[in-house]
Amino acid sequence: MTDANPETQAVPVVNRPRGEVVLEAKGLTKHFKVRSKPQRGQRRTRGIVHACEDVNLTLEAGRVTAVVGESGSGKTTVSRMLAQLTKPTSGTITLEGKPAKGYGLRAYRHKVQMVFQDPFASLNPVHSVRYHLARPLKLHKRAGAGKEALAQAVEALLTRVKLAPTNQYIDKLPHELSGGQRQRVAIARALAAGPTVLLADEPISMLDVSIRLGILNLLGELRDNEKLAMLYVTHDIASARYFADTMTVMYAGRVVESGPSLDVTDNPQHPYTRLLLDAAPDPERETPATMQARGSAPSLIDPPSGCRFHPRCPLALPICSEQQPPDISVGEGHVAACWLRHDDYKNTTTTATAGDSPA
Amino acid sequence: MSADTTDRQPVLDIRGLCVDYGYGDAATHAVIEADLTLHRGEVVGLAGESGSGKSTIAYGATRLLRQPGVVTDGIVRFTPDAGKPDETIDILEASPQQLRAIRWSDIALVFQAAMNSLNPVMSVQAQLIDTLAAHGRGASRRERIDRAGELLELVGISQDRLKSFPHELSGGMKQRVMIALALALEPQVVIMDEPTTALDVVTQRQIMEQIMGLRDRLGFSVLFITHDLSLLLEMADTIAIMYAGRIVETAPARQLFHAPRHPYTAALLDSFPSLHGERTVMTGIPGSPPDMRKPPAGCAFADRCKFALDRCTADQPVLSSPAIKADGRRQVACWLHEENELPEPLAAPEPAVQAAGAAPEGGSK
Ligand SMILES: Nc1ncnc2c1ncn2[C@@H]1O[C@H](COP(=O)(O)OP(=O)(O)O)[C@@H](O)[C@H]1O
Ligand SMILES: Nc1ncnc2c1ncn2[C@@H]1O[C@H](COP(=O)(O)OP(=O)(O)O)[C@@H](O)[C@H]1O
Ligand SMILES: [Mg+2]
Ligand SMILES: [Mg+2]
Repeated sequence: MTDANPETQAVPVVNRPRGEVVLEAKGLTKHFKVRSKPQRGQRRTRGIVHACEDVNLTLEAGRVTAVVGESGSGKTTVSRMLAQLTKPTSGTITLEGKPAKGYGLRAYRHKVQMVFQDPFASLNPVHSVRYHLARPLKLHKRAGAGKEALAQAVEALLTRVKLAPTNQYIDKLPHELSGGQRQRVAIARALAAGPTVLLADEPISMLDVSIRLGILNLLGELRDNEKLAMLYVTHDIASARYFADTMTVMYAGRVVESGPSLDVTDNPQHPYTRLLLDAAPDPERETPATMQARGSAPSLIDPPSGCRFHPRCPLALPICSEQQPPDISVGEGHVAACWLRHDDYKNTTTTATAGDSPA
Repeated sequence: MSADTTDRQPVLDIRGLCVDYGYGDAATHAVIEADLTLHRGEVVGLAGESGSGKSTIAYGATRLLRQPGVVTDGIVRFTPDAGKPDETIDILEASPQQLRAIRWSDIALVFQAAMNSLNPVMSVQAQLIDTLAAHGRGASRRERIDRAGELLELVGISQDRLKSFPHELSGGMKQRVMIALALALEPQVVIMDEPTTALDVVTQRQIMEQIMGLRDRLGFSVLFITHDLSLLLEMADTIAIMYAGRIVETAPARQLFHAPRHPYTAALLDSFPSLHGERTVMTGIPGSPPDMRKPPAGCAFADRCKFALDRCTADQPVLSSPAIKADGRRQVACWLHEENELPEPLAAPEPAVQAAGAAPEGGSK
C-alpha cells in the first residue's frame, strides 16, 4: 500500500534498489551451554548444544530469503541472532554496511524487526490493537506530534496490512480477532518501527491453510512495494518455493544447500533437500512418496561427525562420516554441501541419486 | 484402497447430525444436518477451515461434547462387528454402560491437544499399562508391560523409551505415544482430530505413513480431521469437505482433487502452493465464514462464491449427486449443478477410478 498518506510517516519512502545487500551474516555460530539433569549415581554434566554452525546468509532489498528445515535444525536460532535477540558464539552480522555491534540496540531494532510464529503469544491479551501499534510508533518516533497524527499513523499501518476498514479492528483485543488477523497485527507492529529488514519465523505455520496465502501475499507486497529485505523461516518447502526468491536449507545446525528457490526445489542437489520435498504433501504424485531417510534429527550436544546428515542419508559414502563436506557450486548461485557432488566422488553411487531428477 | 465397493459395510454411520452450543437465540449452530459414513477399513478425511465444525462432529458423534454443546438431532449408527448388522447401536441413544464399553475399546480418539494431555508425572509405560488394565487387558502386569512395549514399537518408537517421561520426548514422539494409547485396545474406529498439525512436515509424513501401515495391518477405519486438505489427498480413500457446519461435498480422494464439484472445494484446492511448474499468484479464499449464531438462509458460502446465483442466497442447497455422475459415490450441495452449464473449474471430467483388480466403475451409468 504505497499510496497511504506519506505525512503519517508510517510508510517509509524507499528508493533502495532491489537486490542491494541490507543484512549480511558470515560464519554465524551458536553453541548453547546446557546442564543435563543429574542422572542417578552420576554427576551433573555440562553439555554444549551445537545449534548453529558457520551459517552465511545475505538478505537483499526487495527479496525474500527462506530458511527451510525440520524442527530443531536451527532456524529460529539463526533468526534470533539476526534480530540480536541471541548473541552469536562467533560470526559477524553487518547491517547496511556497518557491523551490527556498532548500532545501539534501539537503532538496530528500528531497522530489523521480527514476526513470530504464534500471533497469540506475541500479542498482549489485555491491550488493544491501537496500543500494540501506537507504542512502537512512539518509541521509534515514527508518527508526527499530537494524538491526531498518532491515530493516523496507526490507521495507515492497519491499511498496509489490509485490516480495513480500520475502525473495525483498531479497538479490538487480540482474542476478538481471528488467527490471520492477529498475525496481520503482528506484522503491522513490526512495520511500525519502519524497518528495512523483516525476519518472519514461521509466520503462517499456526494459521489455517486457507488464510496462509493471504499472509504470504501480504508479505510479498511489502517486499515488492516497499523493498523490504525479508527472511522467511519455515518447515514447509512448498510455501518457500511459492514465496521466496532464494532458499537456504538447514539440517542440524548447518546449511546443506542454498540457491535460487526454483533451482533448489526443482533440481535438489542434497539428499536432505530431497527428503524435505518427499515429505511435503503433493497431491500430484501418482504413487505415494517413499521417504528414504527416516528417523529424526540427531542430538546437537554430540552431533554426528562429518556431514551431520550421514546417519540418515540413504546415499552416504565412507567419507561422509569422516569429513564435513565443502560447499560445492552446482549451478549459478546454487551451492550444496555434499560429497556426492564433489569431483572425487561424483561417480561413486550406482543407485538413482537424489537430485538427478530433471529440472 | 477400499475402492472395492461390493462389500462396503458401514461401521460408523452419521445421519442428520445437528449440534448447537448454547440454547435459543444465542445458540451457535456448529453442525447442521451432517451425513458422514465410515466404512470398514476405510480412511475418511474431513477437511474445512477452523470453526467449520469438524471437531464438533467428532465430539458430537461420540457423545464427548462438553457444556454448552448439545446434540439436537441425528442418528449415529455403530456396527461393532463385521457381518453382524443386527448388533448395530445408535450411539446417541446408548446407555451409559454401553457407551463405556464402546469408547476406547471400539472407538478411539486422538485429539490435537492430546500430545499435551499425557500425564507429565507418569512414564510412557505406566500410562500404557493403566489403559490396558482399566479395560481388563492382559492377565498380568508382566503381560501388560510386554504389550506396552509392542505398542510402542508399533508406532515406531523403540522399546527402550518405555521408561521415558513425556518431557523427555519430542512433539512427534508424544503424538506417537498418543496413537499407541489409542490403538492399545484394538479399536475398530480411530478418530484423529488434527493429530499432526503442530508437527513439522517430516514428522507429519512419518506419522501418517505409520497410521496408514497400521490400518493396512490391523484393518481399523480412520476418520482423519484436518484443516489441511493437501494432506488428505494422498492418504484418504474418501474426503468430506465441511463449511459453516455443513458437509458440502464428499467424494473419493482422486475425484475430489481432479474434479471438485463445489466452489468451496475448488477454492480450498487453490489454497496450497504446488511443488511443480510455474509459480503463479494464488489467492487463497478471501473473506471469512458466516457467524454461526445467525447462519444465512441460503448457501453459507454464497457471499464468498465467485459463481453464486440469486437462488444461492435464498435457498439452502442439499447434498446430492452432482450433474456429472460418477459411480454414485460422490455428493455435492450446490445449486450450480442444477444449471445447464457449469462454470469451468467445476466441470472437469470425472477421472477414472483406479481400483486394483476391479473393472472400472462408473462407465455403466
Ligand atoms: N536457549 C537454548 N538453550 C539450549 N538449547 C537451545 C536453545 N535454543 C535452541 N536450542 C536448541 O538448538 C537447536 C535448534 O533449535 P531452533 O533454532 O529452535 O530450531 P528450529 O527453529 O529449526 O526448530 C535445538 O536442538 C534446540 O533444542
Ligand atoms: N465450547 C464452545 N462453546 C461455544 N461455541 C463453540 C464451542 N466449541 C466450538 N464452538 C463453536 O462451534 C463452531 C465449530 O467449532 P469446531 O467444531 O471446533 O470447528 P473446527 O474443529 O472445524 O475448527 C465454531 O464456530 C466454534 O466457535
Ligand atoms: Mg523454530
Ligand atoms: Mg477442531
